[in-house]
Amino acid sequence: MTDASVAQPMALTADSLQIAPTRRRREVIVRYCLLMAALGTVVVSALIVWSLVSEAWTFITGVAWADTWGQLGWFPRRGLYDIPTIVIASIIVTAIAMLVAGPLGLGAAVYLSEYANRRVRAWLKPALEILAGIPSVVLGFFALTWIAPNLVGRIGKNTFLVIGVVILAGYAVIAAGVARNRIKHYRGSGAEPSSLIVAIGAIAVLIAIFALVGAWLLNVWIEFAPARAGSLAAAGIGVGVLTIPLVASISEDAMAAVPDSLRQASAGLGARRMTTATTVVLPAAISGIVAAFIVAVSRAIGETMVVFLAGGAADAARFTDSPFEGSLTMTAAMASLASGTDSVVGEGLTFQSLYFVGLMLFAITLGLNVVAARFVARVREAY
Amino acid sequence: MSDGTETAIEHSAIERPAVERSATGDNDASPAETMPSLATERDMVFRSRDVNVYYGSFRAVRDVSFDVYKNEIMALIGPSGCGKTSVLRCYNRMNDLIRDARVTGTITYRGVDLYDERVDAVEVRRRIGMVFQKPNPFPKSIYDNVAYGPRVAGQKKGLDDIVESSLRKAALWEEVSDRLNDSALGLSGGQQQRLCIARAIAVDPDVLLMDEPCSALDPIATARIEDLMQEIKQDYTIMIVTHNMQQAARVSDTTAFFTSDVHSERDTRTGILVEVDTTQKIFSNPSDERTENYVTGRFG
Amino acid sequence: MMSRLSDDRSRAAIAASIEKRRVDTRGLLFRTLLQACLLLTLALLAVLIISVVTNSTDQLGTRLGDFLSGTLRSQSGDDRLGVHQGIYGSLWIAVIVAVLAFPVGIGAAVYLEEYAPRNRFTEFVEVNIRNLAGVPSVVYGLLGLALLVKGNLFGLDRLTGGSSTLSAGITLAILALPIVVITAGEAVRAVPVELREGAYGVGATKWEMIRTQVLPYAAPGILTGTLLSMARAVGEAAPLILVGAISGRLGSDPGLLDLSALTDQFTALPIVITTWTVQSGRDVGFTAAAASAIVVLLVFVLLMNSAAIGLRNRFEKKRG
Repeated sequence: MTDASVAQPMALTADSLQIAPTRRRREVIVRYCLLMAALGTVVVSALIVWSLVSEAWTFITGVAWADTWGQLGWFPRRGLYDIPTIVIASIIVTAIAMLVAGPLGLGAAVYLSEYANRRVRAWLKPALEILAGIPSVVLGFFALTWIAPNLVGRIGKNTFLVIGVVILAGYAVIAAGVARNRIKHYRGSGAEPSSLIVAIGAIAVLIAIFALVGAWLLNVWIEFAPARAGSLAAAGIGVGVLTIPLVASISEDAMAAVPDSLRQASAGLGARRMTTATTVVLPAAISGIVAAFIVAVSRAIGETMVVFLAGGAADAARFTDSPFEGSLTMTAAMASLASGTDSVVGEGLTFQSLYFVGLMLFAITLGLNVVAARFVARVREAY
Repeated sequence: MSDGTETAIEHSAIERPAVERSATGDNDASPAETMPSLATERDMVFRSRDVNVYYGSFRAVRDVSFDVYKNEIMALIGPSGCGKTSVLRCYNRMNDLIRDARVTGTITYRGVDLYDERVDAVEVRRRIGMVFQKPNPFPKSIYDNVAYGPRVAGQKKGLDDIVESSLRKAALWEEVSDRLNDSALGLSGGQQQRLCIARAIAVDPDVLLMDEPCSALDPIATARIEDLMQEIKQDYTIMIVTHNMQQAARVSDTTAFFTSDVHSERDTRTGILVEVDTTQKIFSNPSDERTENYVTGRFG
Repeated sequence: MMSRLSDDRSRAAIAASIEKRRVDTRGLLFRTLLQACLLLTLALLAVLIISVVTNSTDQLGTRLGDFLSGTLRSQSGDDRLGVHQGIYGSLWIAVIVAVLAFPVGIGAAVYLEEYAPRNRFTEFVEVNIRNLAGVPSVVYGLLGLALLVKGNLFGLDRLTGGSSTLSAGITLAILALPIVVITAGEAVRAVPVELREGAYGVGATKWEMIRTQVLPYAAPGILTGTLLSMARAVGEAAPLILVGAISGRLGSDPGLLDLSALTDQFTALPIVITTWTVQSGRDVGFTAAAASAIVVLLVFVLLMNSAAIGLRNRFEKKRG
């Protein structure tokens, strides 16, 4: 710190207001390196498109198109590439996955966003994140060894019984909730007869249900020892479980973006929480929720391991539109082609068919993701 | 630092050096007679002419021209949104960091055009330090905060001395000398702001730009910073943006009053410079009616 | 004007309406429904973990050490059955992801957040990265197969040795790259402008500012993102199938630190799980083996995940 430099009138020139050349050079080098890293991501995209298109093109120009439509099924090693087989299978799996993940994910999101207090959230969010972090191959194992025999195997054969039990169980849960609520409210002010009646009713229903479920379990366990075979339904449920956290987290983000002032305004008008949630928050967050569903669909279509393990078909698949049969989705078809004994070498156009299916998958998921991004952007603009 | 010491003595002896200069730069006769020596020795540090600041297509500041002299404290006052901070940030090229910000006109620093393409904004900021509205110590130790500037400039030796002398100048040494390795975030707001001043001083700057340095502080901490400014102005030239008129009156030698010009058609506001003069004159006998209305509290 | 009587009456009515506690059955039903959604999800998670763990006891409970040091076998009852080759593959895949994806991803994020001019090209790069993050993992496998195994474009197969751990690692590094860029970008964006200005204000250059302020401040967030992306990469199976991971018998069993085996044929934990799950159709004993391999994989993946989540929560709390 020399005061001289300050005190003496300096002969200052533009050149003296420069930094050391080494520092300046370092800036340039670092900037260049970081730019290269950013461009690397573009190179990755270019390579993906290149690898898909170049091999798929060989398939497109070389395949007998009669073999790709209206055939028996997907038999790549016999030169039969029936596209409807794998597309329909993908649609079935995705639809079932969304039937599972849609309500469960959205319900969880609404609860976390509108009802759960801080303490509950602190436990539930990490639990959902653990679920999100479970590798899909694990879900595939689970879908084949547990979902297929215990859910699909039994439910598929006892549809009406299951629906009845679910409805009764739902009623019992609600009745128990109402009873608990009444008892809580009237505690101290003398029990009201109506609450007692509800409570007794609920307990009665619960006992009935336990009996029913017990009987059902016994019956089913004994009579239908379910085969542990995969099916599109089992794979779909597995994929659905996998996408629940995705739906939940994107929907919850959208609802978190709805300003609290809207909720307070609604509450200020005397609305209950449910009314606020369904008439204020959900409509305000609808774009984000739509985005969540689209992203989940995209993820479900692209999910490979669950359908490969639990989809109930290997190497080849006959055409089917029944969720309770086994088939190959687009992704499973790719995985089974690559994992066969002659691996990725194959004969004729089998190798190229891999890339053709991959290109279809890439185009579909890219389209869905672009649409989803539009919806997400709409939420950001609104708030 | 011959004239610096002299100035300091005079400042403490006389209430305020009545340096005089009007917005257009021509001299008024009367106050110059009381302080002849200073008036002739005033070195010009900054000269700005027709400075405009744009953010995209929006013009935030229009045609600002004034000069800043060595070892003086120049206050920029005016109602909020009048572009004071935008102007201040032209002087160490902090506006470069804002996307779409553009500065036209000329600002020279000791005769060098600050926006010359050969000039490095980094070196400009080293010589023209800045203290910000909100105390912004780095999440590091007190020592590392002060040593930060010299370190990035490549200095490795003598850091202990620099840290000590900077903290002494910022009147913080007594309070923190025994805990230099504690986190700077543990200091009070006023201490943090003085630490930021020490951090700015440590790179041996020529000028200090202060952007409402006391707006986040309580009155006692504010008074300490104001005293500090008086102490260090013997070494530095200081420009301070403040919305506190009393503060400007207390600490500054020269005051520039800004206001905003509202375009009723486009509903946009542009900051304009109304007048520059000695602080004494601005607060006692301003030439412009708008200045008078502002300093007497009739608007703003 | 109201008469006194009606005034009293209305007051009583208001008092009654406030004091009377009505049970909001519909609201309660709705709430219960939402809770059921969450509980069902968590129940599925619990069943998954329980079923995997109970299945795994046959192997892990009786021969844990042998299982960890054993290799791929054709019979589930084989004494030498184990996941050692899978651990080797997964370990080195994680290392390669860390070495390749982290620096490039963080560098790209820093460039996009700090340096890139706001123009069409930058926007394109950002949209491109978001889209890459949504590309199904199996498509990355196709890329790895064409580029690294077949060597279609640059003859890279000579470098990677075709279907090898190296090819698999590079493929998964490419897969993890967009996730690293996105999470690191978020962390960099969260650095307060005051810190940046403070550094610039004393004459730091851009890179000096980034190195001394942005990166240290963003480090926890970046670390969280990189851990999550690594966990995701280590758990991926589909790209590895495409790259040609060995699912049948794998002759070699290199030591965990044997670098020379990186260009040899390989397998990895997710592939071991896949193989044994498929084989369990023919030999039920492989169910236990697959479940055991899942436990080993989950320990790795969940450790990385919970470390990431814990790290994030700690710093979120700290910074308010």
